[in-house]
Amino acid sequence: MATAPETTAAVRYRQGAAVVDLPPQIDATAERALNDAYAAAAERNAKTVVLNFGGVDFLSSTGIALIVGLLARARKEHRAISAAGLSDHYREIFEITRLADFMTIYPDERTALGDERGGE
Amino acid sequence: MMTLTRTFRRVIGREAEAAAPAKRAETRAPVLETPPIDIAPNDPILAYFTAGSGAVAIDDLQLDSTAVRALRAAGVKLVVPLISQGELIGLLNLGRRLSEQDYSTDDRRLLEKLAAQASPAVRVAQLVREQEAEVRARERIEQELRVAQLIQQQFLPKSVPNLPGWQVAAFYRAAAQVGGDFYDFIELPDDKLGLVVGDVTGHGVPAALVMATTRSVLRSEAPRLVAPSKVLERVNDFLNNDIPQNMFVTCLYAVLDPATGAMRYANAGHDLPFVRRGHDVTELRATGMPLGAMPGMQYEEKEATLAPGDVLLLHSDGVAEAHDAGHQMFGFPRMRKLFGDLGSGHELIDGLLESLHDFTGPTWEQEDDITLVTLSRSAGLGGERVLTEFEEPSAPGNERRIMDRVAAATTELGLDKKRFERLKTAVSEAAMNAIEHGNRMNVELPVHVRASVAEGELVVRIVDNGGGRDIPEPETPDLEAKLEGRQKPRGWGLFLMRNMVDDVRIHTTNMHHSIELVMKLDATKGADDGHSA
Repeated sequence: MATAPETTAAVRYRQGAAVVDLPPQIDATAERALNDAYAAAAERNAKTVVLNFGGVDFLSSTGIALIVGLLARARKEHRAISAAGLSDHYREIFEITRLADFMTIYPDERTALGDERGGE
Repeated sequence: MMTLTRTFRRVIGREAEAAAPAKRAETRAPVLETPPIDIAPNDPILAYFTAGSGAVAIDDLQLDSTAVRALRAAGVKLVVPLISQGELIGLLNLGRRLSEQDYSTDDRRLLEKLAAQASPAVRVAQLVREQEAEVRARERIEQELRVAQLIQQQFLPKSVPNLPGWQVAAFYRAAAQVGGDFYDFIELPDDKLGLVVGDVTGHGVPAALVMATTRSVLRSEAPRLVAPSKVLERVNDFLNNDIPQNMFVTCLYAVLDPATGAMRYANAGHDLPFVRRGHDVTELRATGMPLGAMPGMQYEEKEATLAPGDVLLLHSDGVAEAHDAGHQMFGFPRMRKLFGDLGSGHELIDGLLESLHDFTGPTWEQEDDITLVTLSRSAGLGGERVLTEFEEPSAPGNERRIMDRVAAATTELGLDKKRFERLKTAVSEAAMNAIEHGNRMNVELPVHVRASVAEGELVVRIVDNGGGRDIPEPETPDLEAKLEGRQKPRGWGLFLMRNMVDDVRIHTTNMHHSIELVMKLDATKGADDGHSA
């Protein structure tokens, strides 16, 4: 049996954006953490949510479905979602699934915040 | 008839009490204790009452009947049969009247009317009681079966051993009554492996308990004694002291050296194992009495070598002794022929079970436990090389464990990082499908994983128990549709697998569903392809 992964996602606020530090494992176990983090960002009226994948070492198709769910919700609420810190492999998966067409992908959080400051 | 007789007994006892003569000195009628009266099924009184006799004065009855004599002895004076739908369901028995006078014609008419009205109600009450008794009996049996199943499942291996160069697969299915089949793999000194398959006579909890004991003794003696004949001798002596009368255990015990294929075995009256080389099938014969049958038994010990490409099949009689609707037996010759023609591993097991299914028909109720254990030695140089083979329970999160185990076993292939990561993702997705959809998160059902290399390809095969169900082809995920709510957010698994590896082969049988993830080992192939959707 797999050990219980970290299932909380810390939310930090930087320059009007909410930065969500994702747990290491993005699969069914991360559903609540992702939804709670997004809800917290929405409550603070963050115009942009940056999903920080820097600490993620496992992303499953269930995890992709969770991100699709967040993205759908953010689009309805006219909130931008971007991704930062994806590994090469998960960046490839974002391209294959076309998530990269619907959310901006940055190499890291710093670049994401620098870019977000002037735009969207 | 017994039920009817018991019913009579109750009615007779009760009515005789009600109609007991009073002692004049007391204000209440005393209770007359009457012994239960058995009415034999062939007693002429039954036919007499059923023929519509109406109320009968027992003292006037001219019948050579044991029951009549018993009724008279119990003080019964008048009997009114209770008839429902032409069936005699009881008797209304009355003792002497309190006035000491005989029963009048009016009394009899009144009693006959009462009997006619009471009969249907009595019949309904009897049926309800019978039904309640049946339910209680069924519940007792089901509870016993649950206990037996629990014991048996507890002691069957949760996974097959991981033997490099060998393919190991096992199948067990209990009959409705739960027989005493068992199998086991025992780790022995010097990297040897003990193989056990056995069958306890009888069913239910007693068989399950004997099975558990046999397995425990085998497990404790096998590493110490190693020689199969000595192990069986020891288990036999131990069981003789404790086994219930008329119970015994057939058991095949073999010790395999996976490094050389050398195998020593002894047999305590169990079905002979088959070995296949090419298409030739032989039986491994060794003589010995079943365990627990007689003390001080000795067992013949023999040796065989499983060469590269050879397949061994251990089995119980659940397949060979199955019958079709015309009472024809499946038989060992048929099983042996099939074994010669079928593949190995799960393919072999599925093939045997499908042939059995075709033979017995869909309405067959499994007569006995079915146990099949098979070991195949890889064909060696130029053939397939097994990197790892293992099973994991279908628990949430185990897809990652499976991914890590396959990754550890395939590191030696030196795949570049990109392709290695793709392989890992494909494996975890296939494993998750097997856990969630194939085995429906039932932790008792294992996911079987095998990674092997042959002809320049890495093949990771992931097998679950989701066979026999139609698996609809998933719709191609469309992100725009998902974002607009026209498709569910999920449904990426197979799409990802197909994009991560060079080929995905899906195979379904009546029993199992398998996915093979294929990755070419040519280092340049696919390393930089775009995989754009």
